[in-house]
Amino acid sequence: MPWTRKHLLTIEELSLDEINQIHATASAFKKILSRNVKKVPALRGKTIVNLFLEPSTRTRMAFDMAAKRLSADVISVDAATSSTTKGETLRDTAQNIQALNADMLVIRHAASGSPLYLSRILDIPVINAGDGAHEHPTQGLLDTFTMKEHFGSLKGRKVVILGDILFSRVARSNIHALTKMGAAVTLVGPSTLVPHAFKELGATVSHDLKSALADAEVVMLLRIQHERQSSSHFPSLGEYTSMFGLNRARAEWLHPKAIIMHPGPINRGVEIDSDLADGSRSVILEQVSNGIAVRMAVLYLCSGGLPEQAIAGA
Amino acid sequence: MSTLWIKNARVIDPASKRDGKGDLFVRDGILVKSLTAAEKKSAKKIDAKGLVACPGLVDIHVHFREPGQGHKETIGTGSRAAAAGGYTTVVCMPNTTPPADNTGTIQFIKDAIERDAVIKVLPTGCITVGMKGQALAPIGSLKRAGVVAITDDGDCVQSNEVMRRAAEYAKMFNLPLMDHCQDASMTQGSVMNEGTMSTRLGLRGWPNAAEDLIVSRNIILSKYTGAHIHLQHISSEYSVELIRMHKKEKFKITSEATPHHIALTDKALSSYDTALKMNPPLRTEKDRLALIEGLRDGTIDCISTDHAPHTDYEKDREFDYAPNGILGLETALAVCLDVLVKKNKFSLSKVIDLMTHKPATILGLNAGTLQVGAPADICLFNPTEKWTYLSKKGFSKSSNSPWDNTTFTGKTVMTLVDGKVVYSSGKILV
Repeated sequence: MPWTRKHLLTIEELSLDEINQIHATASAFKKILSRNVKKVPALRGKTIVNLFLEPSTRTRMAFDMAAKRLSADVISVDAATSSTTKGETLRDTAQNIQALNADMLVIRHAASGSPLYLSRILDIPVINAGDGAHEHPTQGLLDTFTMKEHFGSLKGRKVVILGDILFSRVARSNIHALTKMGAAVTLVGPSTLVPHAFKELGATVSHDLKSALADAEVVMLLRIQHERQSSSHFPSLGEYTSMFGLNRARAEWLHPKAIIMHPGPINRGVEIDSDLADGSRSVILEQVSNGIAVRMAVLYLCSGGLPEQAIAGA
Repeated sequence: MSTLWIKNARVIDPASKRDGKGDLFVRDGILVKSLTAAEKKSAKKIDAKGLVACPGLVDIHVHFREPGQGHKETIGTGSRAAAAGGYTTVVCMPNTTPPADNTGTIQFIKDAIERDAVIKVLPTGCITVGMKGQALAPIGSLKRAGVVAITDDGDCVQSNEVMRRAAEYAKMFNLPLMDHCQDASMTQGSVMNEGTMSTRLGLRGWPNAAEDLIVSRNIILSKYTGAHIHLQHISSEYSVELIRMHKKEKFKITSEATPHHIALTDKALSSYDTALKMNPPLRTEKDRLALIEGLRDGTIDCISTDHAPHTDYEKDREFDYAPNGILGLETALAVCLDVLVKKNKFSLSKVIDLMTHKPATILGLNAGTLQVGAPADICLFNPTEKWTYLSKKGFSKSSNSPWDNTTFTGKTVMTLVDGKVVYSSGKILV
């Protein structure tokens, strides 16, 4: 089946086939990354602009790496150096990027829906690298890719997402990806950060850590996003840690083969004990590495590359 | 002496319970019982066959942006949009730049109305200085300068103490307070209704409870002070229920609903279309239906548009950063005919009542009826004519409407103010 999508804006709009196609393409690209020459000419002559209007380390570097591994030229612009600080609108900034002959735009923005907005304005593909509390599709894709590497099919597997769900685009993208892939998703955390409206997205909502973690094969921790919430969401980080922090004792409740995930950045000692983050069940750094292959797949497919050729090239 | 004879119309005047085929006679801008034979001969005649003749529509909640925001709308352009929608009297909100919290600004607005308005435009003044919710504005002087109500619209007075004193003080002048019911502490950064859709879209939610709390506060303060508090653009199901519970007690509580809140829900927001962004936000189907029932049983007194123009470049941006508000005047009648008459079986007379006599009564305006002796402010509309609204071709200076390119049934054909035709078949005639 050919890839027909020009933009990657959300996981919500992807079909299971499309998710599988990205994953298959990513695993082909992943093989390249362990070679001596970690580069293919797939996007030679193309220019990709990473417009990051909100802070990011991992995602931005992974997009940078991914583009370079595909031989594209990359320009990265962040909020501090862009003209948005001079009052330029997002439309104008984006149209200027297109006028400079960029072939693809990767956008990170604090306002939900911004990538969709740009996709209506621009002729070039727009890739969502995280929009507000809405979606972070490449993160959802790399997380599920990592889970598949460990478990094969995710059908019927219990995946727990623990922490600040309300403000998390990572949670939303994972909920959409995991439910499409047949996993049973449980969201757990304080009631102020895990509202019941999430049930309508197909997840189970819980505020009881023990029953939520029981037999889970994956637990994904999310950072408490102080920058997005008011002081009234929970009493203190200390209380959060005592109620919902993942420590060695609580990790015992998990399935014996369970993996521990985190999209980063980690706040050690808050949502996760330091030794668990570094422990044998942690796949946190695998997630980061897989982020390159998955983003290579997304950039490749959305620029019109054929899935079979990516795999053949590897 | 000028005379006018509107013939063959279906005349609907809810205030006098009139609904039937008939004629309207006007002498010198005033509706009269009949004309003399000689006057009939020389009168200007309008054949209104197939048309409804009703009182000119009355909207007690519009934003005409003058002074200070004339790039969005002016009293001139706003009043033309109103005339095109069948309106003959509108009440404009004081959240201008500077806010209308002093008599000088009110005089400026009155001068602009005198100079530029094609229909009757009435000003409101602020409740507090700068709409900051702290010190009371010079309410008595504002009344003397001609305001018909006071309101900090958009910036709901948060302090119960300030609202209590404002209500007590305004009562002395028999001046109603209009309140945009929103607990600001619960809605920091919010851009849409809080619920399933805001969860899905990752947008900050504005919970119904933030409206319900201030509605309750205002009911309590109205009871305590005896002042008339008008609750603007009610959007929540429970607010309707709260008002219903207390309507029986004869407090001076009145309320309004907008065409958009009875026509649309937050489901429409999955496109992040900023033409659907307003405050209070579009809510759920349950809320929408509750508003319609509130209008049906009289819990909600009237329809107001909250006509809020913004330029394309202000609206054309990230959803979070776009300003709140949509146009309403040119589409209100058509939307209400569709939602209330066609889909919810309201009588035509009932809908006209909600858009004429009822709002006029809330503020004690000399408008909203076709009774003998009333000013000849008349709307003629064709209830069966199909037309397509193109917001860029409208009379408003802005075009931020969710109904752009929508085909409606029911169109304003002619609008008369004091017996003079100001709008006819797509053209402003003054």
